[in-house]
Amino acid sequence: MLENALRGGKRYWSLLALWSALIVVGVVAYLVQYNRGLTVTGLSRDVPWGFYIAQLTFLVGVAASAVMVVLPYYLHNFKAFGKMVILGEFLAISAVVMCMLFVFVDMGQPMRVLNVVLHPTLNSLMFWDLTVLSGYLLLNLVIAWVTFGAERKSIAPPKWIKPIIILSIPWAVSIHTVTAFLYSGLEARPFWMTAILAPRFLASAFASGPSLLIILALIVRRYTKFDPGKEAIQALAKIVTYAMTVNIFFVMVEMFTGLYSDIPEHTHHFQYLFFGLHGKNALVPWMWTSQLLALTAAVLLMFPGVRRNEGFLPVICLAVIVAIWIEKGLGMVVTGFIPSPMEKVIEYNPTLLEGLITVGGYGIGFFILTVLYKIAISIREKLEQ
Amino acid sequence: MDDSRRNFLKVAGCSLLGAAWGVPIVRAVSKSFTTEAAPEALRAKQWAMVVDLKSCERDDIRAAAAEACHREHNVPSIKDVEDEVKWIWSEDYAHTFPTEMHTYTDVALRKKPVLVLCNHCERPPCVRVCPTQATWRRADGIVMMDMHRCIGCRYCMVACPYGSRSFNFKEPWSTEERKKLSSDFPTRCKGVVEKCNFCAERLALGKPPACVEAVRQLPDAEEALVFGDLGDSSSQVSMLLRTRHGIRRKPNLGTGPQVYYLV
Repeated sequence: MLENALRGGKRYWSLLALWSALIVVGVVAYLVQYNRGLTVTGLSRDVPWGFYIAQLTFLVGVAASAVMVVLPYYLHNFKAFGKMVILGEFLAISAVVMCMLFVFVDMGQPMRVLNVVLHPTLNSLMFWDLTVLSGYLLLNLVIAWVTFGAERKSIAPPKWIKPIIILSIPWAVSIHTVTAFLYSGLEARPFWMTAILAPRFLASAFASGPSLLIILALIVRRYTKFDPGKEAIQALAKIVTYAMTVNIFFVMVEMFTGLYSDIPEHTHHFQYLFFGLHGKNALVPWMWTSQLLALTAAVLLMFPGVRRNEGFLPVICLAVIVAIWIEKGLGMVVTGFIPSPMEKVIEYNPTLLEGLITVGGYGIGFFILTVLYKIAISIREKLEQ
Repeated sequence: MDDSRRNFLKVAGCSLLGAAWGVPIVRAVSKSFTTEAAPEALRAKQWAMVVDLKSCERDDIRAAAAEACHREHNVPSIKDVEDEVKWIWSEDYAHTFPTEMHTYTDVALRKKPVLVLCNHCERPPCVRVCPTQATWRRADGIVMMDMHRCIGCRYCMVACPYGSRSFNFKEPWSTEERKKLSSDFPTRCKGVVEKCNFCAERLALGKPPACVEAVRQLPDAEEALVFGDLGDSSSQVSMLLRTRHGIRRKPNLGTGPQVYYLV
């Protein structure tokens, strides 16, 4: 299967060259951070987590969303997803790798990161997050390899893979639940202490992940002979519509509890997020952009005519991705720290270097994604001849 | 060719031998380092600190406490507030006890300085979240920190409701500065979290915490910082908490802070 990654046209190699360039930039930037320490970031004593952990949160969602193609296909025998399922699984694999990279670059002592395995600590959600993420990576690698390998030979996949596929469904839910628990069980951070956080994470994941998958499927269909199928894309669009609506509903539920109760510890965070606090308002324009994009996208998606228009659809999907990237990345993570437990408003501004390292992380993810998709496409093209 | 193969075999053989011998050697050496606690070591069921709020208003007391602590523990003085490392420092009353504030709280009171440090919680959130057990609570109540196991994930800082933990965003000392450090306390590298340890290393030698000792030497400051065992009802800290009104930071969170402030 892998040999397909080593043969390709000009377009394939230039795409890989582009990702490689981003990776080089990221690696060089990371070396600077490695040498000088996290002082090169905008992080501080008061805002100890920022851009990197925000990417982790967003990408765990993308990874988990593979379940939105796996579940209908394997549990409900929804045949239209037959060709889409491999794209979903490969997207999940690259997203999980990126998640791990973003945790890694956030560490103060990256060389000691295996201490997490050496001294397993069951009461730490960080331990569980790394455990479920590695497990999810392994599950997807095995499932994709075995099922797609069987498909290539036009034979039925072995029976033993079925229970593993079924296991991967709750496992996908678990990765995002554990990531939410990373935040929502801390007495120091009232903004995150809400039971809706994990459900909200899942809803936004099932909107942003399939949105990305739609865009990727449209690109694949346009530039290759492999067509994931119109029906599959439309089914994904419906999933995005429901998930985005539920996500907006969950955000409103969260805001109601936080604001109606009128407890300053809760309201201050929302105030900072949407209007600024003590004259500090770095996140305000971002947050309003996000809300505007989210609402517009959700409303537009509700019209079947708009959804079916494949010219509009990727634009709406992009709006969904950007909205959720802002909302649950920067908005959710950073606002948990502002105001601080001492009720001080100390803001966070990511630095250029942090941005470049992040670009490198995405570069690695997209490199893996391109190689994996190339393999899938080459085999599909052969099968369809 | 033969020569290099022989060399390879030599190196491989030696490495194997080394690895085989390594285990018992490491065991023997580590055993020789495991020492019993010194007979003069101070022991307690629950260490606690009682801070007199009135005394905190005195500049000399606050300065002496912070200075002694930071010298004892090689804490670097970093000017940039983003990267600051501090174990015991002054915070104003309004930010130390935010829930005590009301619309009519006097501005003067709001601005009164208070000494703050790690609260050595009975149920420490930092210990709960640490993925490597680099921070843990001892039987005598001290929340310890192993700066050499810490991976620098900063989850403990995220979990601490008191902002008591600092992260080494950069190398704390240059090689030159490091040579001049006077204290025996372990130095650390960048990328790890640190905080007050109630001077566990001094207690083991029978000495009180550095801040307490330094403040006690000032005139009329015997009871500014009092350190002792709350498990012993006849200790000075127990007595103070029985006879005077003591408050704690964010007691409603249930963390059980062991630094008490006398009003």
